[in-house]
Amino acid sequence: MSDKEPLFSPKNIKLLKEPINKSNPITVQVLGICSALAVTVKLEPSVVMAIAVIAVMAVSNVVISLMRNYIPPRIRIIVQLTVIAAMVILVDQILKAYAYDVSKQLSVFVGLIITNCIIMGRLEAFAMGNKPWPAFLDGIGNAAGYGLILIIVAFFRELLGSGTVWGYPILEKTGLYSTGYVNNGLMILPPMALITVGIIIWVQRSRNKELIESN
Amino acid sequence: MENLVNIFVRSVFIDNMIFAYFLGMCSYLAVSKTVKTSVGLGLAVIFVLGITVPINYLIENYILKEGALAWISPNLLDVDLSFLSFIMFIAVIASMVQLVEMIIEKFSPALYSSLGIFLPLIAVNCSILGGSLFMQERDYANIAEATAFGLGSGVGWFLAIAGIAAIREKIKYSNVPAPLRGLGITFIITGLMGIAFMSFMGIQL
Repeated sequence: MSDKEPLFSPKNIKLLKEPINKSNPITVQVLGICSALAVTVKLEPSVVMAIAVIAVMAVSNVVISLMRNYIPPRIRIIVQLTVIAAMVILVDQILKAYAYDVSKQLSVFVGLIITNCIIMGRLEAFAMGNKPWPAFLDGIGNAAGYGLILIIVAFFRELLGSGTVWGYPILEKTGLYSTGYVNNGLMILPPMALITVGIIIWVQRSRNKELIESN
Repeated sequence: MENLVNIFVRSVFIDNMIFAYFLGMCSYLAVSKTVKTSVGLGLAVIFVLGITVPINYLIENYILKEGALAWISPNLLDVDLSFLSFIMFIAVIASMVQLVEMIIEKFSPALYSSLGIFLPLIAVNCSILGGSLFMQERDYANIAEATAFGLGSGVGWFLAIAGIAAIREKIKYSNVPAPLRGLGITFIITGLMGIAFMSFMGIQL
């Protein structure tokens, strides 16, 4: 670096903060929805998934950013996928060793982190043209924005669908069932994840008018 | 034969990639603005799935599985390479996609320019890798079954994207609340379509 930039300059902070709200990968950039929805039936697997994505994304962003000047453009996709796949294999083996139950619940979706469009999209759009440190922050920020939506969706689906939060039967303890309340089984089924995300987008865009699309 | 038809129909309607597993949502949401481009992308997905699932089936059964290398020499009977499956599958997929990209660029530049960034993104279209991973998980008996599954998943994906694109073309004329326009309403419509597709779940094949 010729002009010494402080490690946490305003520009870098912006990289970290913007994806969490204004350019959220899921609700604004439309990336990474694939794996986002299937794991959100319960809170616990979603949190594990969010952590896994943050780890994979930060490291692969840095690696690709270090290699960016040596990758021939024609085969860049294969190179990027190989880097991501190597990271995901690591995460998968770690999960199998230390959190076997969660890894069983996530099943093929750990593998699908490889094709999570967020990671690929950020590698293409950011890491290929930036230095490692901003790429690292960009990775963390985007993965955190992704994780945030994941956790919100999972919270509502678990609360309304099975009446628990992190496996703790919160509705039963508050005595809601004795008043005639019944769990909404529809929330556990796949389509409701889509509708929940739709509602999150609705809320976000009505608070932040500049995100509204023309049609 | 009947078995193959069953697997095909199952993967088109009951285990639909989009409505049951949300695979391939990214390109599904981003390219579904007009019917024409989404049909093009849908066909590309059918094609890539139809090729990669059988190829990965062969790789899985003759190289990666525990004992799969026995055809080279009996000493390799207890070699288990299945931890390499992610990287092998994705390498096959990425090279196939690059091939398809070159073919489309050569023969249909119009389609190439309208698919834009989403052609390379087929490689990271989760439905493609998902197809291979489900193939691995479900352990199909022979390559014909794996091919039927791959093609069926592709057709299911094609149906979903063509359907949503048609709806989105019409929805332009409706008065959707401003913050819901575009992405939001698409999510909700997909959810409703998913509920409709769930009616196929009761079918026993």
